[in-house]
Amino acid sequence: MKILRAMLVAWAVGSVAFALAPDEAEVHVQPPHLDTPRPLNDTTREAAVRNYLEAWTSASEALAQNRPGLLDATFTGTAKDQLTATIRQQAALGISTRYQPLSHNIQIVFYSPDGLSIQLVDNIEYDVQILHQNKVFTARQVHARYIAVLTPTEVRWRVRLFQAVSE
Amino acid sequence: MRYRLTFLPALLGCGAWLALAPPATAQTGNLHLPATVVAGSGFTVQTSGSGPATLYITGTGAAVRRQVQLGDPVSFAAGDLDIAGHYVAFLEEGGATDVKEFDVVPAPRPGSLAFLAKPSRLSVDLHDGISGAVYIFDAYHNLITKPMPVSFQLSVPDAAVESRTVQSHDGAAWTQMNSSSREGAARFVATAGDVSSTRVIEQVPGDPCSLKMSAHPDGQKIALATDPIRDCSGNPIPDGTIVTFTETYDGEQTTVDVPVKKDIAQADVPAHDGARITVATGVVLGNEIRWAR
Repeated sequence: MKILRAMLVAWAVGSVAFALAPDEAEVHVQPPHLDTPRPLNDTTREAAVRNYLEAWTSASEALAQNRPGLLDATFTGTAKDQLTATIRQQAALGISTRYQPLSHNIQIVFYSPDGLSIQLVDNIEYDVQILHQNKVFTARQVHARYIAVLTPTEVRWRVRLFQAVSE
Repeated sequence: MRYRLTFLPALLGCGAWLALAPPATAQTGNLHLPATVVAGSGFTVQTSGSGPATLYITGTGAAVRRQVQLGDPVSFAAGDLDIAGHYVAFLEEGGATDVKEFDVVPAPRPGSLAFLAKPSRLSVDLHDGISGAVYIFDAYHNLITKPMPVSFQLSVPDAAVESRTVQSHDGAAWTQMNSSSREGAARFVATAGDVSSTRVIEQVPGDPCSLKMSAHPDGQKIALATDPIRDCSGNPIPDGTIVTFTETYDGEQTTVDVPVKKDIAQADVPAHDGARITVATGVVLGNEIRWAR
Protein backbone atom coordinates (compact mmCIF):
# COMPACT_ATOMS: atom_id res chain seq x y z
CA MET A 1 0.00 0.00 0.00
CA LYS A 2 2.89 2.31 0.71
CA ILE A 3 4.26 1.73 -2.75
CA LEU A 4 0.87 2.38 -4.24
CA ARG A 5 0.42 5.57 -2.28
CA ALA A 6 3.85 6.76 -3.30
CA MET A 7 3.24 6.00 -6.93
CA LEU A 8 -0.04 7.82 -6.89
CA VAL A 9 1.71 10.89 -5.56
CA ALA A 10 4.41 10.46 -8.18
CA TRP A 11 1.90 10.39 -11.01
CA ALA A 12 -0.02 13.26 -9.59
CA VAL A 13 2.93 15.63 -9.36
CA GLY A 14 5.20 14.25 -12.06
CA SER A 15 8.71 13.11 -11.34
CA VAL A 16 9.34 13.11 -7.63
CA ALA A 17 11.74 11.41 -5.32
CA PHE A 18 11.03 9.12 -2.43
CA ALA A 19 13.65 8.62 0.20
CA LEU A 20 14.30 5.36 1.88
CA ALA A 21 15.08 3.67 5.08
CA PRO A 22 18.64 2.33 5.14
CA ASP A 23 17.81 -0.99 3.49
CA GLU A 24 15.04 0.25 1.25
CA ALA A 25 15.17 1.46 -2.31
CA GLU A 26 14.11 4.89 -3.39
CA VAL A 27 11.52 4.71 -6.16
CA HIS A 28 10.77 7.40 -8.69
CA VAL A 29 7.92 6.82 -11.10
CA GLN A 30 7.75 9.10 -14.10
CA PRO A 31 4.47 9.76 -15.91
CA PRO A 32 4.02 7.22 -18.72
CA HIS A 33 5.33 8.18 -22.12
CA LEU A 34 3.00 6.37 -24.50
CA ASP A 35 2.09 6.81 -28.14
CA THR A 36 -0.25 3.85 -28.37
CA PRO A 37 -4.00 4.29 -28.64
CA ARG A 38 -4.91 2.10 -25.69
CA PRO A 39 -5.41 4.13 -22.53
CA LEU A 40 -3.43 2.97 -19.53
CA ASN A 41 -5.56 3.37 -16.47
CA ASP A 42 -4.13 4.07 -13.04
CA THR A 43 -4.94 0.65 -11.64
CA THR A 44 -3.09 -1.08 -14.45
CA ARG A 45 0.02 1.05 -14.22
CA GLU A 46 0.13 0.82 -10.45
CA ALA A 47 -0.13 -2.94 -10.68
CA ALA A 48 2.54 -3.18 -13.39
CA VAL A 49 5.04 -1.05 -11.46
CA ARG A 50 4.29 -2.80 -8.18
CA ASN A 51 4.70 -6.22 -9.80
CA TYR A 52 7.94 -5.11 -11.47
CA LEU A 53 9.37 -4.00 -8.11
CA GLU A 54 8.29 -7.32 -6.61
CA ALA A 55 10.09 -9.05 -9.46
CA TRP A 56 13.29 -7.24 -8.53
CA THR A 57 12.89 -8.40 -4.96
CA SER A 58 12.38 -12.01 -5.97
CA ALA A 59 15.24 -11.90 -8.48
CA SER A 60 17.55 -10.48 -5.80
CA GLU A 61 16.55 -13.18 -3.34
CA ALA A 62 16.80 -15.95 -5.93
CA LEU A 63 20.29 -14.84 -7.03
CA ALA A 64 21.44 -14.42 -3.43
CA GLN A 65 20.18 -17.82 -2.34
CA ASN A 66 20.64 -19.65 -5.64
CA ARG A 67 17.02 -20.71 -5.53
CA PRO A 68 15.38 -20.41 -8.95
CA GLY A 69 12.00 -21.38 -7.49
CA LEU A 70 11.76 -17.91 -5.97
CA LEU A 71 11.26 -16.55 -9.49
CA ASP A 72 8.04 -18.46 -10.12
CA ALA A 73 5.60 -15.88 -8.85
CA THR A 74 7.01 -12.86 -10.64
CA PHE A 75 8.81 -14.00 -13.81
CA THR A 76 7.79 -15.96 -16.86
CA GLY A 77 9.10 -16.88 -20.29
CA THR A 78 12.55 -15.81 -21.43
CA ALA A 79 13.30 -13.71 -18.34
CA LYS A 80 12.62 -16.62 -16.04
CA ASP A 81 14.60 -19.03 -18.21
CA GLN A 82 17.62 -16.74 -18.33
CA LEU A 83 17.63 -15.96 -14.62
CA THR A 84 17.19 -19.64 -13.82
CA ALA A 85 20.18 -20.48 -16.02
CA THR A 86 22.27 -17.80 -14.30
CA ILE A 87 21.35 -19.13 -10.86
CA ARG A 88 22.34 -22.64 -11.92
CA GLN A 89 25.66 -21.32 -13.24
CA GLN A 90 26.26 -19.48 -9.98
CA ALA A 91 25.50 -22.62 -7.98
CA ALA A 92 27.86 -24.65 -10.14
CA LEU A 93 30.63 -22.10 -9.54
CA GLY A 94 29.89 -21.92 -5.81
CA ILE A 95 29.09 -18.23 -5.90
CA SER A 96 26.04 -16.12 -5.20
CA THR A 97 25.16 -12.52 -5.94
CA ARG A 98 23.42 -9.99 -3.76
CA TYR A 99 21.65 -7.22 -5.61
CA GLN A 100 20.50 -4.40 -3.37
CA PRO A 101 18.60 -1.78 -5.34
CA LEU A 102 19.23 1.74 -4.05
CA SER A 103 16.98 3.63 -6.39
CA HIS A 104 14.61 2.98 -9.25
CA ASN A 105 13.59 5.57 -11.79
CA ILE A 106 10.76 3.94 -13.69
CA GLN A 107 8.79 5.01 -16.72
CA ILE A 108 6.25 3.00 -18.68
CA VAL A 109 7.08 3.51 -22.35
CA PHE A 110 4.84 1.08 -24.23
CA TYR A 111 1.42 -0.43 -23.72
CA SER A 112 0.55 -2.65 -26.64
CA PRO A 113 -2.76 -1.91 -28.37
CA ASP A 114 -4.07 -5.35 -27.48
CA GLY A 115 -3.34 -4.76 -23.80
CA LEU A 116 -1.18 -7.85 -23.59
CA SER A 117 2.17 -6.27 -22.76
CA ILE A 118 3.59 -3.33 -20.89
CA GLN A 119 7.16 -2.19 -21.39
CA LEU A 120 8.96 -0.06 -18.87
CA VAL A 121 12.39 1.45 -18.51
CA ASP A 122 14.12 1.60 -15.15
CA ASN A 123 17.25 3.65 -14.53
CA ILE A 124 18.42 1.82 -11.48
CA GLU A 125 21.22 2.19 -8.98
CA TYR A 126 22.12 -0.91 -7.04
CA ASP A 127 24.83 -2.42 -4.93
CA VAL A 128 26.02 -5.78 -6.07
CA GLN A 129 28.06 -8.12 -3.93
CA ILE A 130 29.53 -11.32 -5.30
CA LEU A 131 30.07 -13.93 -2.66
CA HIS A 132 31.84 -17.25 -2.39
CA GLN A 133 30.78 -19.31 0.63
CA ASN A 134 29.48 -16.16 2.31
CA LYS A 135 32.77 -14.35 1.79
CA VAL A 136 32.48 -11.20 -0.28
CA PHE A 137 34.66 -11.44 -3.37
CA THR A 138 33.82 -7.99 -4.51
CA ALA A 139 31.23 -5.28 -4.13
CA ARG A 140 30.24 -2.62 -6.55
CA GLN A 141 27.74 0.16 -6.92
CA VAL A 142 26.23 0.01 -10.37
CA HIS A 143 24.05 2.28 -12.44
CA ALA A 144 22.19 0.51 -15.21
CA ARG A 145 19.22 1.02 -17.49
CA TYR A 146 16.87 -1.93 -17.44
CA ILE A 147 14.09 -2.66 -19.87
CA ALA A 148 11.32 -4.96 -18.75
CA VAL A 149 8.34 -6.30 -20.61
CA LEU A 150 5.49 -7.52 -18.48
CA THR A 151 2.60 -9.66 -19.59
CA PRO A 152 -0.63 -10.36 -17.72
CA THR A 153 -1.20 -13.71 -16.10
CA GLU A 154 -4.06 -14.95 -13.98
CA VAL A 155 -3.79 -12.45 -11.17
CA ARG A 156 -0.77 -10.27 -11.83
CA TRP A 157 1.71 -8.91 -14.34
CA ARG A 158 4.79 -11.09 -14.71
CA VAL A 159 8.13 -10.00 -16.11
CA ARG A 160 8.73 -11.73 -19.43
CA LEU A 161 11.77 -9.75 -20.50
CA PHE A 162 14.37 -8.36 -18.11
CA GLN A 163 17.38 -6.85 -19.76
CA ALA A 164 19.98 -4.26 -18.89
CA VAL A 165 20.73 -2.13 -21.90
CA SER A 166 23.71 -0.03 -22.79
CA GLU A 167 23.09 3.68 -22.23
CA MET B 1 14.55 -6.56 0.41
CA ARG B 2 11.62 -4.27 1.02
CA TYR B 3 10.55 -1.07 -0.58
CA ARG B 4 9.28 1.58 1.76
CA LEU B 5 8.33 4.76 0.06
CA THR B 6 8.01 7.97 1.93
CA PHE B 7 7.80 11.33 0.25
CA LEU B 8 10.95 13.34 0.84
CA PRO B 9 12.98 15.78 -1.21
CA ALA B 10 15.13 14.08 -3.80
CA LEU B 11 18.45 15.19 -2.43
CA LEU B 12 17.97 13.33 0.83
CA GLY B 13 17.89 10.03 -1.01
CA CYS B 14 21.03 10.76 -2.96
CA GLY B 15 22.96 11.46 0.18
CA ALA B 16 21.88 8.23 1.79
CA TRP B 17 23.80 5.93 -0.54
CA LEU B 18 26.70 4.13 0.90
CA ALA B 19 29.73 3.93 -1.30
CA LEU B 20 31.03 0.43 -1.46
CA ALA B 21 34.69 -0.09 -2.03
CA PRO B 22 36.26 -3.35 -3.09
CA PRO B 23 38.04 -5.17 -0.29
CA ALA B 24 41.52 -3.84 0.15
CA THR B 25 43.87 -6.30 -1.51
CA ALA B 26 47.11 -6.11 -3.37
CA GLN B 27 46.52 -4.82 -6.90
CA THR B 28 48.56 -7.41 -8.63
CA GLY B 29 46.30 -8.19 -11.54
CA ASN B 30 44.51 -5.83 -13.88
CA LEU B 31 41.73 -6.34 -16.37
CA HIS B 32 41.29 -4.61 -19.69
CA LEU B 33 37.87 -5.14 -21.20
CA PRO B 34 35.95 -3.68 -24.10
CA ALA B 35 33.17 -1.39 -22.86
CA THR B 36 30.65 -3.34 -24.89
CA VAL B 37 30.57 -6.82 -26.33
CA VAL B 38 28.08 -7.94 -28.96
CA ALA B 39 25.99 -10.84 -27.72
CA GLY B 40 27.17 -14.15 -29.03
CA SER B 41 30.42 -12.82 -30.49
CA GLY B 42 33.89 -13.75 -29.36
CA PHE B 43 35.95 -11.29 -27.36
CA THR B 44 39.21 -11.08 -25.49
CA VAL B 45 39.95 -9.90 -21.98
CA GLN B 46 43.46 -8.57 -21.52
CA THR B 47 45.13 -9.09 -18.17
CA SER B 48 48.28 -7.66 -16.71
CA GLY B 49 50.38 -8.82 -13.78
CA SER B 50 51.81 -12.23 -13.21
CA GLY B 51 50.82 -15.55 -11.71
CA PRO B 52 47.59 -17.50 -11.71
CA ALA B 53 44.21 -15.94 -10.94
CA THR B 54 40.54 -16.62 -11.47
CA LEU B 55 38.42 -14.43 -13.70
CA TYR B 56 34.72 -14.15 -12.88
CA ILE B 57 32.10 -12.50 -15.03
CA THR B 58 28.67 -12.17 -13.45
CA GLY B 59 25.41 -10.48 -14.23
CA THR B 60 21.74 -11.32 -14.25
CA GLY B 61 22.31 -13.01 -17.62
CA ALA B 62 25.22 -15.32 -16.85
CA ALA B 63 27.90 -16.34 -14.39
CA VAL B 64 31.21 -17.45 -15.87
CA ARG B 65 34.55 -18.43 -14.35
CA ARG B 66 37.92 -18.88 -16.04
CA GLN B 67 41.30 -19.82 -14.64
CA VAL B 68 43.79 -17.36 -16.12
CA GLN B 69 47.47 -16.66 -16.18
CA LEU B 70 47.93 -12.96 -15.50
CA GLY B 71 49.63 -11.23 -18.37
CA ASP B 72 47.97 -13.51 -20.90
CA PRO B 73 44.84 -12.61 -22.84
CA VAL B 74 41.70 -14.59 -22.06
CA SER B 75 39.62 -15.48 -25.07
CA PHE B 76 35.90 -16.04 -25.04
CA ALA B 77 34.56 -17.87 -28.05
CA ALA B 78 31.45 -16.91 -29.99
CA GLY B 79 28.44 -18.02 -27.97
CA ASP B 80 30.20 -18.00 -24.59
CA LEU B 81 28.34 -14.87 -23.52
CA ASP B 82 25.13 -14.36 -25.42
CA ILE B 83 22.70 -12.80 -22.96
CA ALA B 84 22.56 -9.01 -23.20
CA GLY B 85 22.99 -7.14 -19.96
CA HIS B 86 25.31 -5.40 -17.59
CA TYR B 87 28.15 -7.50 -16.24
CA VAL B 88 30.80 -7.21 -13.56
CA ALA B 89 34.15 -8.83 -14.28
CA PHE B 90 36.81 -9.30 -11.62
CA LEU B 91 40.01 -11.14 -10.96
CA GLU B 92 40.29 -13.17 -7.80
CA GLU B 93 43.62 -13.86 -6.17
CA GLY B 94 42.76 -14.44 -2.54
CA GLY B 95 40.41 -11.45 -2.78
CA ALA B 96 39.13 -9.36 -5.64
CA THR B 97 41.92 -7.42 -7.27
CA ASP B 98 40.54 -5.57 -10.22
CA VAL B 99 36.90 -5.04 -11.02
CA LYS B 100 35.46 -3.80 -14.28
CA GLU B 101 31.98 -3.39 -15.68
CA PHE B 102 30.89 -3.89 -19.25
CA ASP B 103 27.75 -4.36 -21.30
CA VAL B 104 26.78 -7.19 -23.56
CA VAL B 105 24.64 -5.59 -26.25
CA PRO B 106 22.16 -7.36 -28.51
CA ALA B 107 23.34 -8.54 -31.89
CA PRO B 108 22.27 -6.02 -34.54
CA ARG B 109 20.44 -8.48 -36.80
CA PRO B 110 16.93 -9.53 -35.86
CA GLY B 111 16.62 -13.24 -35.20
CA SER B 112 12.99 -13.48 -34.22
CA LEU B 113 9.91 -11.38 -33.67
CA ALA B 114 7.26 -11.65 -31.02
CA PHE B 115 4.23 -10.55 -32.98
CA LEU B 116 0.94 -9.97 -31.20
CA ALA B 117 -1.99 -9.39 -33.54
CA LYS B 118 -5.57 -8.76 -32.53
CA PRO B 119 -8.29 -9.70 -33.10
CA SER B 120 -8.18 -13.11 -34.76
CA ARG B 121 -11.58 -12.54 -36.37
CA LEU B 122 -13.39 -9.35 -37.30
CA SER B 123 -15.80 -7.82 -39.77
CA VAL B 124 -14.69 -6.37 -43.07
CA ASP B 125 -14.20 -2.65 -43.53
CA LEU B 126 -13.47 -1.69 -39.94
CA HIS B 127 -11.32 1.39 -39.51
CA ASP B 128 -8.24 0.63 -37.36
CA GLY B 129 -9.87 -2.66 -36.49
CA ILE B 130 -6.64 -4.64 -36.52
CA SER B 131 -3.70 -3.98 -34.25
CA GLY B 132 -0.25 -5.49 -34.31
CA ALA B 133 2.61 -5.08 -31.87
CA VAL B 134 6.11 -6.43 -32.36
CA TYR B 135 9.09 -6.95 -30.11
CA ILE B 136 12.33 -7.50 -32.01
CA PHE B 137 14.86 -10.03 -30.74
CA ASP B 138 18.26 -11.13 -31.91
CA ALA B 139 19.18 -14.77 -32.36
CA TYR B 140 19.79 -15.09 -28.61
CA HIS B 141 16.39 -13.71 -27.51
CA ASN B 142 17.83 -10.33 -26.56
CA LEU B 143 15.59 -7.35 -27.23
CA ILE B 144 17.16 -5.18 -29.95
CA THR B 145 16.70 -1.68 -28.57
CA LYS B 146 18.41 0.16 -31.41
CA PRO B 147 15.70 1.76 -33.59
CA MET B 148 14.98 -0.05 -36.83
CA PRO B 149 12.19 -0.02 -39.43
CA VAL B 150 9.45 -2.58 -39.05
CA SER B 151 6.99 -3.12 -41.88
CA PHE B 152 3.47 -4.42 -41.47
CA GLN B 153 1.46 -5.81 -44.38
CA LEU B 154 -2.14 -6.92 -44.45
CA SER B 155 -3.30 -8.81 -47.52
CA VAL B 156 -6.35 -10.70 -48.68
CA PRO B 157 -6.45 -12.55 -52.02
CA ASP B 158 -7.76 -10.35 -54.84
CA ALA B 159 -7.58 -7.16 -52.77
CA ALA B 160 -5.05 -4.37 -52.46
CA VAL B 161 -2.29 -4.89 -49.91
CA GLU B 162 -2.31 -2.47 -47.01
CA SER B 163 1.17 -1.76 -45.76
CA ARG B 164 2.84 0.50 -43.22
CA THR B 165 6.38 0.97 -41.98
CA VAL B 166 7.15 2.24 -38.50
CA GLN B 167 10.32 2.77 -36.52
CA SER B 168 10.86 0.61 -33.48
CA HIS B 169 11.51 2.26 -30.15
CA ASP B 170 13.22 0.38 -27.32
CA GLY B 171 12.66 -2.80 -29.31
CA ALA B 172 8.93 -2.37 -29.79
CA ALA B 173 6.81 -1.26 -32.74
CA TRP B 174 3.09 -1.23 -33.35
CA THR B 175 0.48 -0.35 -35.91
CA GLN B 176 -3.21 -0.31 -36.53
CA MET B 177 -4.82 -1.23 -39.83
CA ASN B 178 -8.22 -1.26 -41.43
CA SER B 179 -9.78 -4.59 -42.25
CA SER B 180 -10.19 -4.88 -45.99
CA SER B 181 -13.49 -4.86 -47.82
CA ARG B 182 -13.08 -8.48 -48.92
CA GLU B 183 -13.93 -11.34 -46.66
CA GLY B 184 -11.49 -14.20 -46.18
CA ALA B 185 -8.33 -15.13 -44.35
CA ALA B 186 -6.03 -12.09 -44.25
CA ARG B 187 -2.29 -12.55 -43.88
CA PHE B 188 -0.88 -10.04 -41.42
CA VAL B 189 2.90 -9.99 -41.77
CA ALA B 190 5.44 -8.09 -39.69
CA THR B 191 8.99 -7.81 -41.00
CA ALA B 192 12.19 -6.49 -39.43
CA GLY B 193 15.44 -7.02 -41.28
CA ASP B 194 15.28 -10.48 -42.83
CA VAL B 195 12.85 -11.85 -40.29
CA SER B 196 9.11 -12.04 -40.75
CA SER B 197 6.27 -13.30 -38.67
CA THR B 198 2.77 -13.98 -39.98
CA ARG B 199 -0.60 -14.10 -38.32
CA VAL B 200 -3.85 -15.02 -40.01
CA ILE B 201 -6.88 -12.87 -39.34
CA GLU B 202 -10.27 -14.07 -40.42
CA GLN B 203 -12.23 -11.25 -41.99
CA VAL B 204 -15.91 -12.00 -42.04
CA PRO B 205 -18.76 -10.13 -43.74
CA GLY B 206 -20.28 -7.29 -41.79
CA ASP B 207 -23.94 -6.84 -40.96
CA PRO B 208 -26.35 -7.16 -43.89
CA CYS B 209 -26.60 -3.91 -45.73
CA SER B 210 -30.24 -4.37 -46.70
CA LEU B 211 -32.83 -7.08 -46.34
CA LYS B 212 -35.64 -7.64 -48.81
CA MET B 213 -38.14 -10.48 -48.97
CA SER B 214 -40.85 -11.54 -51.36
CA ALA B 215 -43.99 -13.63 -50.71
CA HIS B 216 -45.83 -16.15 -52.86
CA PRO B 217 -48.99 -18.19 -52.20
CA ASP B 218 -48.38 -21.87 -51.58
CA GLY B 219 -51.72 -23.58 -50.87
CA GLN B 220 -52.76 -22.69 -47.29
CA LYS B 221 -49.41 -21.09 -46.67
CA ILE B 222 -47.31 -18.17 -47.78
CA ALA B 223 -43.82 -18.96 -49.08
CA LEU B 224 -41.39 -16.27 -47.98
CA ALA B 225 -37.88 -15.84 -49.36
CA THR B 226 -35.28 -13.15 -49.08
CA ASP B 227 -33.18 -11.79 -51.88
CA PRO B 228 -29.49 -12.77 -51.59
CA ILE B 229 -28.27 -11.14 -48.37
CA ARG B 230 -24.99 -9.23 -48.54
CA ASP B 231 -23.03 -6.78 -46.43
CA CYS B 232 -22.37 -3.24 -47.58
CA SER B 233 -19.18 -4.32 -49.37
CA GLY B 234 -21.06 -6.95 -51.36
CA ASN B 235 -19.82 -9.96 -49.38
CA PRO B 236 -22.44 -12.65 -48.87
CA ILE B 237 -23.25 -13.08 -45.21
CA PRO B 238 -22.36 -16.51 -43.85
CA ASP B 239 -24.69 -19.49 -44.05
CA GLY B 240 -26.26 -20.09 -40.70
CA THR B 241 -26.96 -16.42 -39.97
CA ILE B 242 -30.43 -16.35 -38.45
CA VAL B 243 -33.23 -14.46 -40.20
CA THR B 244 -36.53 -13.94 -38.42
CA PHE B 245 -39.85 -13.74 -40.25
CA THR B 246 -42.75 -12.40 -38.21
CA GLU B 247 -46.42 -12.62 -39.19
CA THR B 248 -48.97 -10.55 -37.27
CA TYR B 249 -52.64 -11.31 -37.78
CA ASP B 250 -55.71 -10.58 -35.68
CA GLY B 251 -53.59 -9.62 -32.69
CA GLU B 252 -51.54 -12.84 -32.80
CA GLN B 253 -47.92 -13.09 -33.77
CA THR B 254 -46.12 -15.99 -35.41
CA THR B 255 -42.32 -15.92 -35.67
CA VAL B 256 -40.09 -18.24 -37.66
CA ASP B 257 -36.29 -18.21 -37.23
CA VAL B 258 -34.44 -19.76 -40.15
CA PRO B 259 -30.75 -19.92 -41.03
CA VAL B 260 -29.44 -18.43 -44.22
CA LYS B 261 -28.59 -21.09 -46.76
CA LYS B 262 -26.72 -20.19 -49.95
CA ASP B 263 -27.24 -16.45 -49.37
CA ILE B 264 -31.01 -16.58 -48.86
CA ALA B 265 -33.48 -17.43 -46.11
CA GLN B 266 -36.83 -19.12 -46.75
CA ALA B 267 -39.84 -19.95 -44.58
CA ASP B 268 -43.55 -20.73 -44.80
CA VAL B 269 -46.17 -18.99 -42.66
CA PRO B 270 -49.95 -19.51 -42.52
CA ALA B 271 -51.81 -17.58 -45.19
CA HIS B 272 -54.19 -15.06 -43.61
CA ASP B 273 -55.79 -12.24 -45.56
CA GLY B 274 -54.60 -8.95 -44.10
CA ALA B 275 -51.62 -10.43 -42.27
CA ARG B 276 -48.63 -8.18 -41.80
CA ILE B 277 -45.27 -9.87 -42.42
CA THR B 278 -41.87 -8.44 -41.49
CA VAL B 279 -38.32 -9.76 -41.75
CA ALA B 280 -35.19 -8.97 -39.71
CA THR B 281 -31.70 -10.26 -39.00
CA GLY B 282 -29.58 -8.93 -36.18
CA VAL B 283 -30.18 -5.22 -36.01
CA VAL B 284 -31.24 -4.95 -39.63
CA LEU B 285 -34.92 -4.66 -40.40
CA GLY B 286 -36.20 -5.58 -43.88
CA ASN B 287 -39.31 -4.70 -45.82
CA GLU B 288 -42.88 -5.28 -44.72
CA ILE B 289 -45.58 -7.10 -46.71
CA ARG B 290 -49.33 -6.92 -46.12
CA TRP B 291 -50.76 -10.17 -47.44
CA ALA B 292 -53.91 -10.20 -49.62
CA ARG B 293 -54.99 -12.98 -51.93
